Amino acid sequence: MLSRTADNLYWLARYIERAEYLARVLEATLRLTALPLAYVGSTNEWESAVATAGCRKAFFARYSEANEENVSEFLAFSSENPSSIRNCIEIARTNARAVRTALTTETWETINGAWLELKRFGNGPTSREEFLRFLHWVQETSLRFDGSAYRTMLRNDVYWFSRLGLYIERADNTARILDVKYHMLLPADEHVGGPLDYYQWAAILRTVSALTAYHWVYRESLKPWLVADLLILNEQMPRSLASCYENLVRFCDSIATTYGRQGPAQRQARTIRTRLQNSRMEEIFQTGLHEFISEFVADNNALGAAVSSQYLM
Amino acid sequence: MAVAFDEMTEADGRVRPVYAGLENWLRGLPPEVLEHRRREAEFLFRRIGITFAVYGESDSTERLIPFDVLPRILSSDEWTRLRLGLEQRSKAINLYIKDVYGRREALRAGIIPEDLVFQNPVFRPEMNGLKVPHDIYVHVAGIDIVRVDPDTFYVLEDNARTPSGVSYMLENREIMMRLFPELLSRHRVAPVENYPDELLATLKSVAPKTVSADPTVVLLTPGIYNSAYYEHSFLADKLGIELVEGRDVVVKGQIAYMRTTEGLKRIDVIYRRIDDDFLDPLSFRPDSALGVPGLMAVYQAGNLTLANAVGTGIADDKAVYSYMPEIVKFFLGEEPILKNVPTWRCREPEHLSYVLDNLEELVVKEVHGSGGYGMLIGPKSDQATIAAFRAKLKSDPKNFIAQPTLALSTCPTCVEEGVAPRHVDLRPFVLTGRDRIRIVPGGLTRVALKRGSLVVNSSQGGGTKDTWVLDT
Repeated sequence: MLSRTADNLYWLARYIERAEYLARVLEATLRLTALPLAYVGSTNEWESAVATAGCRKAFFARYSEANEENVSEFLAFSSENPSSIRNCIEIARTNARAVRTALTTETWETINGAWLELKRFGNGPTSREEFLRFLHWVQETSLRFDGSAYRTMLRNDVYWFSRLGLYIERADNTARILDVKYHMLLPADEHVGGPLDYYQWAAILRTVSALTAYHWVYRESLKPWLVADLLILNEQMPRSLASCYENLVRFCDSIATTYGRQGPAQRQARTIRTRLQNSRMEEIFQTGLHEFISEFVADNNALGAAVSSQYLM
Repeated sequence: MAVAFDEMTEADGRVRPVYAGLENWLRGLPPEVLEHRRREAEFLFRRIGITFAVYGESDSTERLIPFDVLPRILSSDEWTRLRLGLEQRSKAINLYIKDVYGRREALRAGIIPEDLVFQNPVFRPEMNGLKVPHDIYVHVAGIDIVRVDPDTFYVLEDNARTPSGVSYMLENREIMMRLFPELLSRHRVAPVENYPDELLATLKSVAPKTVSADPTVVLLTPGIYNSAYYEHSFLADKLGIELVEGRDVVVKGQIAYMRTTEGLKRIDVIYRRIDDDFLDPLSFRPDSALGVPGLMAVYQAGNLTLANAVGTGIADDKAVYSYMPEIVKFFLGEEPILKNVPTWRCREPEHLSYVLDNLEELVVKEVHGSGGYGMLIGPKSDQATIAAFRAKLKSDPKNFIAQPTLALSTCPTCVEEGVAPRHVDLRPFVLTGRDRIRIVPGGLTRVALKRGSLVVNSSQGGGTKDTWVLDT
C-alpha cells in the first residue's frame, strides 16, 4: 500500500474518533451545567471542557471567557479551531476522498454523507435542543463509520492502519480526560471533594460512554478509584487505556506479520501494554496518578511517531 | 441553419426503429415519473460523490454534471461503422506521432506543414528519436463524434493527451440499471462494464519489454484538487491499481518506484492523468510540484511506459486536425471511414478571407483551446462580439480554424418543459494495446441542456446521457 494511503487512512480514523470524543465532552458538560450549583460546585465546567479537549491555549487566544456560547462554538463549529468537530469531519472527509479507492462504498458513503449533512447545521445551532441533536448526530456518525468499517472492510493493512489511528486517538482522549480530572479521582483517604463530585464522576464516565458499563463491572455506586481503574486498567472497557493497547498491539502485529518485519512501532506498543498489564491501581495512586497519565500521554504520542516514521512517510 | 436531425423522430414524424422501444415506453409513462427519476439520479450521483471541479469557481468546488435520464441510442450497424472508423483513425494517429518524432516522412512529403509541428508548443523535442515501448503513443484516445444526418458522422476533435469522461460513461450505465432495470432488460443493451478490464489489459500489454512477469501499473493523478479527480480514483479502484501522486513516486538509478508501507516498489507502467507540462520539473515546467523529478530520464532509459506517451499533443491540436484525412491516407493507404468537419485553416490566405467574409455563419475556434472556451459561434453572436473577434482573428490568423455551424443531431432530453430535443455529441474511448485495439460499444454522450445550444462541455452547462448500442 502507498505510504500516503496509509497516512490518510490513519488520520481519517483519528479525526472521526476525535469528533466523537468532542461531542461527548460537550454533551457531558451540558448535563453538568444544567444541575444546580450546589450539586456540582463552582468550578467553571466550560473551561474544564476546553482543557479536556486539549485546546485551552488556542481557545484563550480568541476568547477571554469560557462560557457555553463560546465553548460550544469553538469546539463544535469554529473553522479557526483546527480540531473543532466541523474541522474534524472536513479533514476526515478530505482524507477519505484521497483514498476512497481503499474504502468500501459503505464506509465512504458514511463519511461523505456526514460531510454533506454537516452543511445542514450551518454555522451552528439556534437552540440547545438542536445542539444536542447535533452532538448525537456526530456520535452516530462515528458509530456508523466504525460499524461500516468493521462490517465491510477486508482485514488487511487498509483496515489495520485505520484501526491504529482510531485506537491511538482513543487512548489519547481517555488519557486527556483523566489528566484534567485526575484530582477528582484520588483514593478515599486523600480525597477532599465530597459528595459534590458524584456528578463529576458520572460526567467523566459519560464522556467515555461508560456510565452503564461501570455498574455492570463493579456493581457498586460510583467510587473515584474504581472510575480510574475502569478507564485505565480494565480490559473489558473498550475505551480504557488497557483495552486500547490490547488492540494497538494486535493491529501492529497483524501489519508486521503480513509485511514479515517487526519494527519500533511494534516494540513501543508492546512496551506500553506490558506496563499497563503490570500496573495496579494502588501503585499508580502511590507514585502519582498525574505523573502516570502524563507519562502515558507521552508514550502514546511516541507510538504515533513510530507508526508514522515506520509506515506513513 | 438547417433543422437538426433528431435521432428519435424523423422530420415527417416517424419514429426511427432503434428508438421505437423508448418512444413507446415514454408514451405510456406518467409525466411525473421522469422528474422523480431525475431527482433520484441526482441524489445517487451526489451520494456516491461523482463530482467535478470547475476552475475559477471558489464557492462550489464540487459540482455535479447534470445527468439526463433518457438514453441516447445507436443501432449496432451505426456502431460498427463508427468502430471501424475509430480504429482506423487511432492507428493513423499512432503512426503519425511515431513519424513526427522519428523519420518524418509525412513532413518531408508535405502532408502537413513543418512549422505547424515544430513551432507548436505541444511538440516535445525530448521525444525526438526516442523509441517508446511497442511504438504506441496514444493508448487511450477520446475521439469526439458529432452527427448531422442519418448517415453522416464527423470527427469533431481528437483527444490524444489525457481524455477524460469515461467514468461518467460507466456510472451513467450503473445509475440507469438502478433507475430503469426493466427498460434496460427489454432493450438488451451492449454492456460497457468491461471497460476497466480492457483498459488494464491494454496497459499491461504495453509494459517495457525488459519487464518480465506481471508489470506494475499505477495511475498518476495531480491530486484531489484536479477537476477529474473523481474519475482518477474511480478508475484506479476499478483497475485495482494504486492511485499515486507525484510525491508518492521516487526515481533512483533510472527506475521509478512508489513509496509503500513495505518500502519502495518498482513501477513499470504509468497511466498518467497529468499533462506533459507538469510531469517532470527537471524536463518541463520547473515550478511543477505535481510531477516526479527525473521521470523523463526513466522513460528515456526505456524502463517505463507512459500512457499516453509524452508529446502526443501534436496529434490532437486543432490546426493539425484539419490534416487528419491526409494523414490517414498517407499512413494507411485507405480512405478515411470517418470524415472531418469541413475546416478552413485561417493560416492559409484564401481560407482566411473566406472566413472573414462569412464570420456570421461560422464557428471559429482557437487552435490550442479546449473546453469550449475562446470560440466564436457566428450565428449566435451579436455584431459587437463578431467585430471584436474579427480583430483578434486578423491579428493572429494562424491561431484559428473555422468550421460551418453544424446542425448537430438532437436526442429527446428531459428538460423543464418536459421531453424536448437537445443537441448531442459522442466521445467513444479507443484503447490501443500491443495486441489489439479495444473499444467498448458506445461512449459518453454529452448533451447541451439549454434550448438551441450547441455547447456540450460540462464546464459550460452541458450534461451527459447513457449511450446504448442495440441489436436491431
